Amino acid sequence: MASHESVVAHGHAAPTGWIRKYIFSLDHKVIGIQYFLLALFSVFVAIFLSLLMRIHLVWPNAKLPFIEGGVMTSEQYLALMTMHGTIMVFMVLTTAPQSGFGNYFLPIQIGAADMAFPTINMLSFWTTFLSLVVILAAFFVPGGAPISGWTAYAPLSALGQIAGPGQGLGQTLWVVGLAIFCGATLMGALNFITTVIDLRTRGMSLMRMPLTVWAWFVTAILGLLAFGVLLAACLLLLLDRVAGTSFFIPAGLVVSDVVQKQHAGGSPLLWQHLFWFFGHPEVYIAILPGMGVASHVLSTFSRKPVFGYRAMVYALCGIGFLGFCVWGHHMFISGMSPYSALAFSLLTMSIGVPSAIKTFNWLGTLWGGRIQFKSPMLFAIGFVSLFVTGGVSGLFLAQPSLDLMLHDTYYVVAHFHLIMGVAAIFGIFAATYFWFPKMFGRTMNEGLAKLHFWITFPGVYAIFMPMHFLGMLGHPRRYSSNENFAFLQPVHGVHVFITIVAFITIGAQLIFLFNFLWSLKWGKKAEINPWHATTLEWTVPSPPPHDNFEGHLPAIYRGPYEYSVPGMTEDYLPQHLTPEQVSKAK
Amino acid sequence: MPGAATHEIELIERGRGGGTPPPAGGGDDGSGSGGSAEVSRRAYFTGISLGLAAILMFFMALTSAYIVRKGLGGDWRPIQLPRVLWFNTLVLLVSSVTIEIARRKERAAQLAAFRNWWGVTTGLGCLFLLGQVQAWRQLRAAGVFVASNPSSSFFYVLTAAHGAHLVGGILALAYVAARAWPATAGSRITQDTAAELASVYWHFMDGLWVFLFLLLYLGR
Repeated sequence: MASHESVVAHGHAAPTGWIRKYIFSLDHKVIGIQYFLLALFSVFVAIFLSLLMRIHLVWPNAKLPFIEGGVMTSEQYLALMTMHGTIMVFMVLTTAPQSGFGNYFLPIQIGAADMAFPTINMLSFWTTFLSLVVILAAFFVPGGAPISGWTAYAPLSALGQIAGPGQGLGQTLWVVGLAIFCGATLMGALNFITTVIDLRTRGMSLMRMPLTVWAWFVTAILGLLAFGVLLAACLLLLLDRVAGTSFFIPAGLVVSDVVQKQHAGGSPLLWQHLFWFFGHPEVYIAILPGMGVASHVLSTFSRKPVFGYRAMVYALCGIGFLGFCVWGHHMFISGMSPYSALAFSLLTMSIGVPSAIKTFNWLGTLWGGRIQFKSPMLFAIGFVSLFVTGGVSGLFLAQPSLDLMLHDTYYVVAHFHLIMGVAAIFGIFAATYFWFPKMFGRTMNEGLAKLHFWITFPGVYAIFMPMHFLGMLGHPRRYSSNENFAFLQPVHGVHVFITIVAFITIGAQLIFLFNFLWSLKWGKKAEINPWHATTLEWTVPSPPPHDNFEGHLPAIYRGPYEYSVPGMTEDYLPQHLTPEQVSKAK
Repeated sequence: MPGAATHEIELIERGRGGGTPPPAGGGDDGSGSGGSAEVSRRAYFTGISLGLAAILMFFMALTSAYIVRKGLGGDWRPIQLPRVLWFNTLVLLVSSVTIEIARRKERAAQLAAFRNWWGVTTGLGCLFLLGQVQAWRQLRAAGVFVASNPSSSFFYVLTAAHGAHLVGGILALAYVAARAWPATAGSRITQDTAAELASVYWHFMDGLWVFLFLLLYLGR
C-alpha cells in the first residue's frame, strides 16, 4: 500500500460571519493568533512597567507618566513590580509559546484538522482574556495594584487593606484573576494533551512527532497537574481575605502597630508550598516550548537532523517530571529542615543532567552543519546561550548554603530573568520569525530582524550579567531605592548603566513591533515552504485553509528532521513524501 | 541487525507506527458532520480522564493543606459532623447504582427505562445537594461558621467545592436527557457516548465524596 495516502476528513465548514471568524472563532489558528496578540499587548505593558521601575531606581525623584503624584513611592514601585511579574509570567510566558504557537501549529504538525475540542479552545482564550482584564483592573481601583509580588506571599497577600495600598481590592482582583486564569489554562492543557494522544494522523507515531509537539505536549501535562493546585491555593487565599478564615495568617501578627486578632494559627509557609508546587512547574511551562522551538529551528537551519532525537524527548520528559520534585528550593530560607533542603537541593541539581543532554544535543546539531544564519536561527542560538548562562547560576542557587546568602538579592533576579524570562522570549522571537510566513503569508524583513537580534542579544546580557555581581555584593532585590545603604553607593553607576542599556534594548523591541506590523501588510509574499523544512506545516498554503489540509489528512512516512539525506537531490525530505515520490526524487 | 532494518523499512512502507486511524477533526460542538465517530469517542474519553486528573489535583491540594493545617498549632477544634451527611453519602452511592442501570438500559435501547433511571439519578443528585445544604444549616444553627475554626473552614471549603463539581454533573445529566440526539452513527457524539461520559464523571464525584467524607470524619 504504497500509493499516496490521503484520508478524507469532514472538517467543519469555515464560518462566514465576521464575529464567528475572528472573535469567537473555533479555528485553532485564529485562536493561536488571538493568544499571540494578547501576549504581544501584555508584553509591552509589562515592559513599560519595568522601564518605569528602572528609571526610578537611578533617578528616584524623576517625574514619571502614569504615576499618581508624579514621583514614584516605594509602594508604587512594589505595585509595578508585582504587576510586571504577574503579567510577564502568566500573560506572556505561559500564553505566547504554549497557547499561541502551540495552538496554531500543534494540530498542523501532527496532521489534524483542528484541536480535539474547538469550543473548549475558544472558551480557554476568552477566559484568559477575562483574566487579563480582571488583573489589569487592579491598576484602576482605589489603592491600586497589589504590592505582594507575583508570588503573593502570605500574610502580606492575605490580610487585606491594612497590609498596604493595593492590598485591598487590588489584591482581591489579582487572586480572582489568577483563579480565572487557572481555569483557562486547564482547559487549554486538556485540549493539547487529547489532541496529541488521539488526533495524530496516520503514521505520526510518538517518535515521529516534531520536538515542538513533544514540548507542547509535556508542557500541557505540567499545566494540567499544576494549575489545579494554584486554583486551590487561590481559593484558600481568597477566603482568608474575604471570609475571615486563617489558612495562611498566623496568630499574633502586628501590622501597622495593630495586633491582628481576627486571625490565628495559619501558616504562611503553607501558601509557599502550595504556590511553589505550582510555581516550579510553571517555570518549565514557560521554557519547555522554547526548547522545542530551538530544537526545531536549529535542525532546520543547520540542515542536519536533530542530534539524538530520542534523548531530546526523554530529556524533555525528565525535566518535566523533575519539575514537580523541586519546589522546595524556592524556600531554602524559610527555615526548613536541612534534610528537606538537602533532598530538594540534590533533586534540583539533578535537573542539570537532562538540561546538559539538551544543550550538548543542540551543539551536536550545530556541529558540522551547513549553518544558515537566518533570523530564527540567530534567536534559537541565542536561546541556547541564555539557557546555559541562566542555568549555570541555578546550580549555585540550588545549594542551600549559598542560597541563604543570595536568595533575596539581585543574583536571583539575574538568574530567573535570563533563564525563564529572556530565554523563553528568545524562543518566542525564534518562533515568530520562523512561522510568520506560514501564519500570515508574508515574510518579515530580514535586515530589521537581524538588527533586532544584534541589539537585543548583547542588550539582555548587559542588563542581567551585572545583576549577578550586585547580588554577590549583597544588593537586596525588591527595594525601590538604594539611597539609604552606604555599601551600595559605589555601585550606583551599575544601576545607571543597566537602565541606559534597558532603554536601548527596549527600543530594539519597537523595531520588532514595527517589523511585525509592517510585514503583515507589506512583507514579501511567502512561499509554501520558504525554509525548505520537513514538517507538515510547510506542506499547506500560507496561511493554511480553515481545516488545514482541505479535507485530505496526510500520511506520514518518516521522522521530522530528515535533512541532508545522502543520495537525494534536495537536502530535505518532508515527512509526508511516499517512498515512490522519494525514489523518483533521487 | 537486518531484522531491525527490515522492520524499519516496513514501517516506512506502510507509513504507520502511530497507528492511529484517520482522525476527523475535533468536536465538542456538533458543528459539522464529523468523520470517524471512533476517534471522536476516544478523544472524549481522553478528555474526561484528563479533566478528572485536574480535578483530582485540585482536591489533593486542598487535602494536603487540610493535613498540614491540622498538624500546625493547637487551634484545631474538631467539629461535630451533622448526621445528615451519612444519609447524603448513602444517597450518592445509590445514585451511582441507578446511573449504571440507566446506562445499561440505554445500551439495550430501552429508551423509556433509560429516561426513568436517568431521571432518578438526577433526582438523587439534587437530593444529595439539598442534604448538603441541610448540613450547612445545621452547622450554622450550632454556631459553626466558615471562619469559626480551621476545621470548619475546611468543612465548608471541601463540601462547597465538591458540591460545585456535582452541580456540573447534574447539568451534564440534564443535558444528556434534554438534548435531541442525532440517530445516525456518523455523528460526532452519540447519546451512548454522552451517557457514558456523564456516568464516568458521576462515579468519580461519588468516589470523591466518599474520600472527602472519610477525610472529614476520620481526620477530624
